[in-house]
Amino acid sequence: MSPRAAWRLEALGFTEVYDYVAGKADWAASGLPLEGRTGQQPTAGRAADPAVPTCTLDEDLREVRARVRASDWRQCIVINKQRIVLGRLGRAAIESEEKTSVEGAMSEGPSTVRPDTPLAQLFERLERQQLETALVTTSEGVLVGVVRRPVD
Amino acid sequence: MPASVDREQLRELASAGAQLVEVLPRDEYDDMHLPGALNIPLKELNRQSAMQLDRSRPVVVYCWDYQ
Repeated sequence: MSPRAAWRLEALGFTEVYDYVAGKADWAASGLPLEGRTGQQPTAGRAADPAVPTCTLDEDLREVRARVRASDWRQCIVINKQRIVLGRLGRAAIESEEKTSVEGAMSEGPSTVRPDTPLAQLFERLERQQLETALVTTSEGVLVGVVRRPVD
Repeated sequence: MPASVDREQLRELASAGAQLVEVLPRDEYDDMHLPGALNIPLKELNRQSAMQLDRSRPVVVYCWDYQ
């Protein structure tokens, strides 16, 4: 639809016309602000805590574990320099004393949700699956943060 | 020929004064739209409706996604 609109504007004499082909879906999935009726509703992106501990593949796992244990988190997200999520060190990996590497201890390809996921829907899903947290990334896989399910 | 832009290019254009135009129907625009975007549904895009746009500034159009 937008390509036709862009061509139509050119036909109407506009000389500098661009088409954001990925559109509103891409904008919303990246967690950027929106206006409108549902644009203000609570979403995973707005609720995500960006302070979740992170580490890279080449870090010393003992130091990562010590850092995470000193926080109130029991997980660490493995990212690269572009903050793309590569894996996750869960509670077992953090509490273990096994001598291995970050890569050896991490879970590959953790499940993620997009920032525009409605928060109520996400909490329902977490409760149904008996999960405590959800990892939020952009559509490109860039870490946004972690949502924690409220505990009764 | 209209050029395609990605999200970052869009943000740069918008901060430089480009006009954002959502071409989806009004109810979809009312539901959610990009900050500051105008709504000119494709079916209503004509010489008269385009008069609300400033011809001296870039215009970026968008809909929901690639379709």
